[in-house]
Amino acid sequence: MEKYFTRLGDGSAVWMTEEDIRWDLEEGMKDAADRGRIPELTDDEMQRLFEIITHPEKTVSCERGNEGVVTFDAGTLKLPVRAGIPMDRMATILTHERALCSDTMELCTTDYSYKSIKNFVHEEAMSMELAQLNSIIPIFYGAMPNLGQYTKPDGPIDNWSELLPLAKIPEARAAQEEAVEHAARDMVYISSIVYDSGADGINFDTVGASGDGDFLATLKAVETLKNKYPDMPVEIGMAGEFVLGMHGQLTYEGDRLAGLYPHQQVKVCEKAGATIFGCVINTNSSMSFAWNLARTVTFVKACVEAANIPVHVNAGMGVGGVPLTNTSPTDATSRASKAIIEIGKADGL
Amino acid sequence: MAVTHEVATGMGGIRTAGDLVARMQMTKGMKLKEAKEYVAGKLGISVFELSDSYRMKEIREQFDIGHVLDRDKASYGMEAKFNIAKLLGIPINSVENFKKKIGMI
Repeated sequence: MEKYFTRLGDGSAVWMTEEDIRWDLEEGMKDAADRGRIPELTDDEMQRLFEIITHPEKTVSCERGNEGVVTFDAGTLKLPVRAGIPMDRMATILTHERALCSDTMELCTTDYSYKSIKNFVHEEAMSMELAQLNSIIPIFYGAMPNLGQYTKPDGPIDNWSELLPLAKIPEARAAQEEAVEHAARDMVYISSIVYDSGADGINFDTVGASGDGDFLATLKAVETLKNKYPDMPVEIGMAGEFVLGMHGQLTYEGDRLAGLYPHQQVKVCEKAGATIFGCVINTNSSMSFAWNLARTVTFVKACVEAANIPVHVNAGMGVGGVPLTNTSPTDATSRASKAIIEIGKADGL
Repeated sequence: MAVTHEVATGMGGIRTAGDLVARMQMTKGMKLKEAKEYVAGKLGISVFELSDSYRMKEIREQFDIGHVLDRDKASYGMEAKFNIAKLLGIPINSVENFKKKIGMI
C-alpha cells in the first residue's frame, strides 16, 4: 500500500497511508467543528486538503492571484536576536523590505511586553522615527499585554495564580481586575508615543496569554486608542484558540470573554476597533500534521466568514497547523500557508 | 518560517504590490479582495498583475513609489511614501509627521 511522506505535530517525519491521512483529516476537522460549534468543511475542501498534504513537491505555494498579505509578530527579533545575526533593527527592517520582500514589518524590543517598554519608550520612538525615514513598507510597533508582569514581585499586584490554588477566588478576581487597569493604561501610554513618532500601526500580540483579563486589558486599550486616534491601524493577534477563564466573569460590551473561540473573538475585537485580527489555532504535537491542518482550516474558515475586518492567521511554530518546533520544516509550513489562504480564505498570515 | 510564508503565499512586498495592499487592509480595514481591487484600480492594472514582479517593477518605477532595486534619482523611504499616500489617497502617519516637522502643514 502506498504511503505518503508527511509530518507529526512535533515536526518529525512520518509515512502514512491515504486511509490514515483521510481519517486524521476527518477527525481534526470534526474536532474543530465540535469544539467551536462551527460548520464542517465540505467534501471538496477535504479533498483539496488531502491533495495539498500529499502533493509530491517538497515546498508548495498558492495559485497565482491567491496571494495574501503578511504581517509579523516579533518582527525585528527574528534576525538579530533569534538568529543571532549582528545587525541592528534598522538593517533588519530594510533586509525584510528589500531582500526578503516582506509586505510589512514590526519594530519591537527583546522583552516583548508593553510593561517593560515604559522606561525606554522615547528611545523606541526615536528608532521608529528613523525607521520611517528609510522604509517604504508599513512598520508596526508591537508587544504583548502580558498581564502576568503586573504581579508581585515584578509588579504591585498579588499573583492570581498563587491565590487560585488557595481557593481565594474573590481575591484572585480582584487582583486580575486591578491588573487590567494597569496594563490598559501602559498599552495606551506606549502606543500613543510610538504612534505619534510615525508608526503605521500598533500590534497587540499573544493577547489572552494570561487569560480573559489579558484580553480585556487589550480591548480596553484599543478602545481608548481608537477614540484618541480614529485612524490608527490596530492588529490584535491572539495567544490561543480559546480564551482561558482565569477570572471567568469578565465581559466586554456584554460578551463574556472566557471561552471564546476565534470566530467569536474577532467580533469582540471589531467592537473595540481593531482593524486586523490575528486568529490562533493551537497545534497538538501528538497528532499528525493532517489532523492539525484540517482542524486549523475549519476554525479559520468560520472566523473569516464571521469577520468584517481582515483576518491574518498566526502560522508560526505551534500554531496554525505549523508543527511545534522552532525550525518547522518548509514542507509543512508551506502546506499550512497554502491551505489557510486558499481553503480557509484568510486575508493574510 | 516567515520567509517560507512569504514565498508560498505572500504578495511580495515592494517587489510587487504587497505593501500597498497591506496599507489598505490596515488603514481602511479592507478584506483582501477589496484591498487588491482598490490598489489595482489606483494603479490602472488588473488584480492578477499585482503579484507579477515583472509588471510591478515597471509600475513602481512609473509611479516612483520605491522598488527593491536601487536607482539614482528614484524615490526611497519617506520620498516614496509621499508618492504612495498621494497614489492611494490615504494619509500615511509618518508622512503627515514629516510634513509637520518641515512646516508643510
